[in-house]
Amino acid sequence: MKREFPLLVTALIGFFMILSFFVPHQAVSVPADFLQVCAVIVVAFGYVLGGANALRVNFDAIYKRQPGWPYKIVLVVSLLAMVIVGAIEGKGFQGEGTRFTWMYERLYSPMSATMFALLAFFIASAAFRAFRIRTLEAGLLALAALIVMIGRVPIGDWLTGALPPNLRLSAIQEWIMDNPQNAAKRAILIGAALGVMSTGLRVILGLERSYLSGED
Amino acid sequence: MSLVRTLETLDRRWIFLIVGLLVLIPLIWPLPLPLTVSRRVQGFHDAIESLPDGSTVLMSCDWDPSGKPEMQPMTRTALRHLFSKNCKVVVTVLWNGGPGIVDEQLRFVADEMGKKYGEDYVNLGYKAGNEAVMVLMGQSIASTFPRDIRGGVTADYPIMKKVRNYSSFPLLVSISSGYPGTKEYVQQVQGRFHIRMIAGVTAVSAPEYYPYLQSGQLLGLLGGMAGAAEYEKARGESGGATRGMVPQSFAHLFVAFCILAGNGVQWLKRREAHA
Amino acid sequence: MAGSNAVRFARRAAALAIGIALLAPPALAQNAPAGPPSDTTSAAASSVLAAPAPASGLTWSDVPNDAGRAVDLQWTASPGEAESPGSVTLYVIERALLPGGPWSEVDSVPAGTLGRTDGTVRRNTDYYYRVTAVGPGGRTPALSVTGPVTARSHWFNDTRWSVLVFIMLFFAFVMWFVWQAQSGKKPFVRRIAGIDAIEEAIGRATEMGRPVLYVPGIQDIDEIQTVQGLIILESVAKLTARYQTPITVPVAYPIPFTIAEEMVKSGYLHAGRPEAYDPNSVRFVSPEQFAYVAAITGIMLRDKPAAHIFMGSFFAESLLLAETGFATGAIQVAGTANVHQLPFFVVACDYTLIGEELYAASAYLSGEPKLVGGLKGADLMKILIILLVVVGCALETAGVHWLTEAMRAQ
Repeated sequence: MKREFPLLVTALIGFFMILSFFVPHQAVSVPADFLQVCAVIVVAFGYVLGGANALRVNFDAIYKRQPGWPYKIVLVVSLLAMVIVGAIEGKGFQGEGTRFTWMYERLYSPMSATMFALLAFFIASAAFRAFRIRTLEAGLLALAALIVMIGRVPIGDWLTGALPPNLRLSAIQEWIMDNPQNAAKRAILIGAALGVMSTGLRVILGLERSYLSGED
Repeated sequence: MSLVRTLETLDRRWIFLIVGLLVLIPLIWPLPLPLTVSRRVQGFHDAIESLPDGSTVLMSCDWDPSGKPEMQPMTRTALRHLFSKNCKVVVTVLWNGGPGIVDEQLRFVADEMGKKYGEDYVNLGYKAGNEAVMVLMGQSIASTFPRDIRGGVTADYPIMKKVRNYSSFPLLVSISSGYPGTKEYVQQVQGRFHIRMIAGVTAVSAPEYYPYLQSGQLLGLLGGMAGAAEYEKARGESGGATRGMVPQSFAHLFVAFCILAGNGVQWLKRREAHA
Repeated sequence: MAGSNAVRFARRAAALAIGIALLAPPALAQNAPAGPPSDTTSAAASSVLAAPAPASGLTWSDVPNDAGRAVDLQWTASPGEAESPGSVTLYVIERALLPGGPWSEVDSVPAGTLGRTDGTVRRNTDYYYRVTAVGPGGRTPALSVTGPVTARSHWFNDTRWSVLVFIMLFFAFVMWFVWQAQSGKKPFVRRIAGIDAIEEAIGRATEMGRPVLYVPGIQDIDEIQTVQGLIILESVAKLTARYQTPITVPVAYPIPFTIAEEMVKSGYLHAGRPEAYDPNSVRFVSPEQFAYVAAITGIMLRDKPAAHIFMGSFFAESLLLAETGFATGAIQVAGTANVHQLPFFVVACDYTLIGEELYAASAYLSGEPKLVGGLKGADLMKILIILLVVVGCALETAGVHWLTEAMRAQ
């Protein structure tokens, strides 16, 4: 029963939610809406679980003096500080001028933006190191990449401004993006969507059950 | 050590330094570059421009500080555009790191244009649940977000008096830098609730939405900072995105150079090996 | 029977008459002239704005394919809109349970708008509607009331029948080939280099005496790619257990974290080495995107795993992970269905599983007939879609639209 009951629940709810896509009647839509609300609540509780997990794992690592344990103290202190300050601030803790907002704007926001900004540097180094033109297809790919990269920014039109409008880099890159790129992307999306349906069907029917627990 | 060997084993920090300088210098000494407004951006602009003055619009700002360079300019310009038409804006955020920075944009533009919180705009803040929240909003916005970001009761604000669900809005503006965001709104909301929709997304994910533009599910699309700059031009403004176009142009040119240079080095290496 | 019909008709006629009787005097009064103007007030009277002429022709229809929660209303504009622009600023939609009221305002739309959906009705309940034209000179309700208006619930959304047909076909194909595979006719599956490379990568890590890093994506368990990444993790854990290579699995969300623990434990169990399972091999990090990637790059730079396996949903962090991983000299295998991140993985990793190859991986690795059968079913569905695309394009080019219209779903 330990494995069969979750599989049964998965199958019933899975088929019911598929049914709710086709049946607007209240006999189906009202329970389906209730399940959606339940999903929202479960996701919210997931954060509580996550916070508790983060504390448990890191306290354990600090206690056992695992490598990098001073940084784990920083992590735990930061986590607790944000939670406690937010709780003290009360309902409007994200409002203007609160201490929570100060920490968000002065600490979290710049750090998050900085990490994302690293991508610009990494793209350049990856382009130099790894983009190798060894075959005809790779050459076409590189050509398209160059046209799209330069055509998407104003300098592309500045460089090709003397040409007729439909021969400028921006027009060519727009054609590439609208036609071959779009077609290829649609094909990959359709394939991926079928993969999602296939995996979902396997999970709903219980064909794929390893995610429950490892024992067969 | 030969030039080829030097370039082949080049410490990537030199590349980082060059990228850094190419981005920094034009920010300090800007150069003018021509901008053309594409039809996707024009569609975004026209969708807002065609709104009756005083309409109430739903704007879902699903981004956080990591997406600031691309998302901030388009959010601010869209808010200015809406406020200039005396539209009222109801804002939601489906990213847990987003409410603070989105509120910052709202306050910035609202103060600039003399708009009042609760009457002209409201920030309903963050709600966990991703697509489930989007679907729940189709029943009732006020029930899905019982309190706003400031802790007030949503239904008590004057702006929310006539707002029930998606049918209360003539337009949905989705500014999103990933999941959940524009794609989920198109899949879960646009078709189901028949709401007109425009979107502003990151440059890397913009091509993913071209099929939705072609099918008419999206009326307009801003793609990254370039899209935001074109939108600023369409609005007759010159903001953060326009200023960012020159650094971005130089960075793109340098990446193109890196592709060619990397292959040039390999070609030289093969030539040396044959010689 | 005829008698009871007559009684019912008489009741409705009476109700309508009462409604008109209640409405007409105010409407007429609003539109009635103010009396002959006196000499002293003629100038003033001529500048007082008259109330707008009423709207008319209010019709209704039940919104189809819903749970009986909405009705569509359409009306004809007040003549005042065309004759004296500005005399009408709003139309107010009012609703009552009886034709005579009491009326409550449901909605209002600006002048020029001649339709609205009322989404606040209760199903199977009779309502009566009227539209009131509002302008600077006052309010003028329509001269008649429309009703009874009833919203009904529908059992099937008929705009989605094409989706239903496709889903039924897909289910049928998959079940057929699963049954065939279980009967012994296992279908052929082409080699997927990226999946074969996983064992090669683990072997390399074993030779170098360094661990394997496995990242199951950055999204929560509600994302199918995360489910798939965790399923593949079991096969990878089985291999690492067999080769006696440590594995590190940083996870972004709590629920995938608990499942990942089970998968790794199960992998060690199936490899016959349950005692070698290290509970600290699976680590919960953070749902915050860049905190997660900072932790993983930290693991890469400190522990220097020799093999990096990225299987799941990734976003902007993909290039950060792959480039940092390259800098440490590890062999990297990635798989994602997030199309916008594929170019970064293709450039920076040694092998990449593209789109549905990720979903095929669990079937490929396990070799279980029922999973492999499912792959063939999906492939057959793809062939059908290709045929439809080709036929649809040809028909559209020829100006024939029935297939496109039939496939349009809402």
